[in-house]
Amino acid sequence: MASPKSFLWTRRVILTLLLLFVLTPVYVMLSSSLKKLQDVQGSFRWIPSGITFRPYIDIWKTVPLAHYFMNSLIVSVSATLLSVAVAIFAAYGVSRYRFAGRRFFTVTVLSTQMFPGILFLLPLFLIFVNIGNTTGIQLYGSRLGLIITYLTFSLPFSIWMLVGYFDSIPRDLDEAAKVDGCGPFGALFRVVVPAAIPGIVAVCVYAFMTAWGEVLFASVMTNDSTRTLAVGLRGYATQNDVYWNQVMAASLVVSVPVVAGFLLLQRYLVAGLTAGAVK
Amino acid sequence: MTATAPPRSTPEAGPSSGKSAGRGRLRPRVPDRLRRIGLPYLLLFPALILELLIHLIPMVVGVVISFKGLTQFFIRDWGSAPWTGLGNYRLAVKFNQPVGEALLHSFWVTVFFTILSVGFSWLIGTAAAILMQDTFRGRAVLRAIFLVPYALPVYAAVITWTFMFQQDTGLVNHVLHDQLHLTSDKPFWLIGPNSFWALVIVSVWKSWPFAFLCLMAGLQNIPRELYEAAAMDGAGVWQQIRKITMPSLRPVNQVLVLVLFLWTFNDFNTPYVMFGQSAPHAADLISIHIYQSSFITWNFGSGSAMSVLLLLFLLLVTAIYLLFTSRKGEPDA
Repeated sequence: MASPKSFLWTRRVILTLLLLFVLTPVYVMLSSSLKKLQDVQGSFRWIPSGITFRPYIDIWKTVPLAHYFMNSLIVSVSATLLSVAVAIFAAYGVSRYRFAGRRFFTVTVLSTQMFPGILFLLPLFLIFVNIGNTTGIQLYGSRLGLIITYLTFSLPFSIWMLVGYFDSIPRDLDEAAKVDGCGPFGALFRVVVPAAIPGIVAVCVYAFMTAWGEVLFASVMTNDSTRTLAVGLRGYATQNDVYWNQVMAASLVVSVPVVAGFLLLQRYLVAGLTAGAVK
Repeated sequence: MTATAPPRSTPEAGPSSGKSAGRGRLRPRVPDRLRRIGLPYLLLFPALILELLIHLIPMVVGVVISFKGLTQFFIRDWGSAPWTGLGNYRLAVKFNQPVGEALLHSFWVTVFFTILSVGFSWLIGTAAAILMQDTFRGRAVLRAIFLVPYALPVYAAVITWTFMFQQDTGLVNHVLHDQLHLTSDKPFWLIGPNSFWALVIVSVWKSWPFAFLCLMAGLQNIPRELYEAAAMDGAGVWQQIRKITMPSLRPVNQVLVLVLFLWTFNDFNTPYVMFGQSAPHAADLISIHIYQSSFITWNFGSGSAMSVLLLLFLLLVTAIYLLFTSRKGEPDA
């Protein structure tokens, strides 16, 4: 469309303001992570008086960051893989078959999306503590316990998105595979899953990101050895001092993998949203 | 969604035979037919087991403990906690007593916070998506940058904001006081009444890219011909936005606003990273409030009752919203 001047100017002004709004914290994170401690302890300065990479070395010593990193990685990857694997089967069933209870299942899954995390936190905490007391299986404080709790939000979302995505794949494709002698599982893995790769990638990205950034369950359900990054970053605040330069350096380090992964895969996420949520 | 796969050999069975998919053709072997009917349940089995473990059982437990006087003395064996009936609920809704008064206060704080955060996130997301619908130089880069707040882990992003909101060393006061001289002194942002606005700003910063992402996806589905036809009829850009873009986005918006509302209302991560275990009075969001009454004062029974009340409220709002939007949507369909 031929855009009039008013439109172009509105666009320029609004997009510039938005760019500043979005990037200011990113700039603060980056610039402060390169400042000396006395610099971040004084009044804020846009331009650092001197650049030091010291914070990037110190962050690994002030708190066991590598250990937290490992914990976050194990928990997030496991929760993602588990929920997506389970969701693929469930979504295929819901998308391709009509059976008694189908509607009940989808409505239930959808509605759990809206439940506040705090609703599940208390009972899961008590259940884990009780299982530990009666059977000796320590779920409370363990990585497995955290993985299970993360399924409370990643599983419903994965099922919901994948049903939408599978629905958008022509049924004729897997019917044809069945004519060619594939069983239902053959049709699922040879035809539907390959065709749904963008959707599956989108769901993986989403599930991983939410698990990586989760704070509530991580604060309650972990102990010293299973602590994730979400809780571990608090370690840079001591009784007397907050090592803000180290906090910013650590924030940047834990953000880089997810942001990079997200930006690489974002077109899949848009495709997945188009097929799944936005229908 | 409506038509099921018609049985291959008998097209006359028709796509409308909803539940009888697979039974249209008489199979000679019973196990085969049984397998066909059982198959969906087999596919759903892992999900059903997990749903049972992570949602159903915890919910039942949650409702049961909301009727109990469950304090720290009974954590090891919560079954033995005394039954209090509706006691926890009665306490929660006695709005002239301290517990009820605090709950009502945090409910209203959450309502205002949610309206502001969702409203601004939606507004900014819509504006950005529409302004970036056409291709221009730098569009792809800009789009990637706009998605950064969405991609950043909540704690990393929110910690940065708390640093910016620090009273003496933060960027916000440096700009407001030192550079623009808008304030006579450096106000506190993380305690006192300002904390509410700090929370809203961080929340909007974090959530608008999701609205932007969804709305951009929605915009891709609008056929270009509609705009071309409108342009032929002499409609300007602003008119096209009002007459074509906005109505076309309505289905996306209906889902988006509901999802944003629920996420924001239930948000725990943002206030927790900003304020810690107890938020300032002005920014005491309901999820932090429940967390505090459960894990700081160790009254799980009371916390559960509040959680159940919160859930009932959200169910009610969602039901009303869905009724309202689906009825409104009908004439167009």
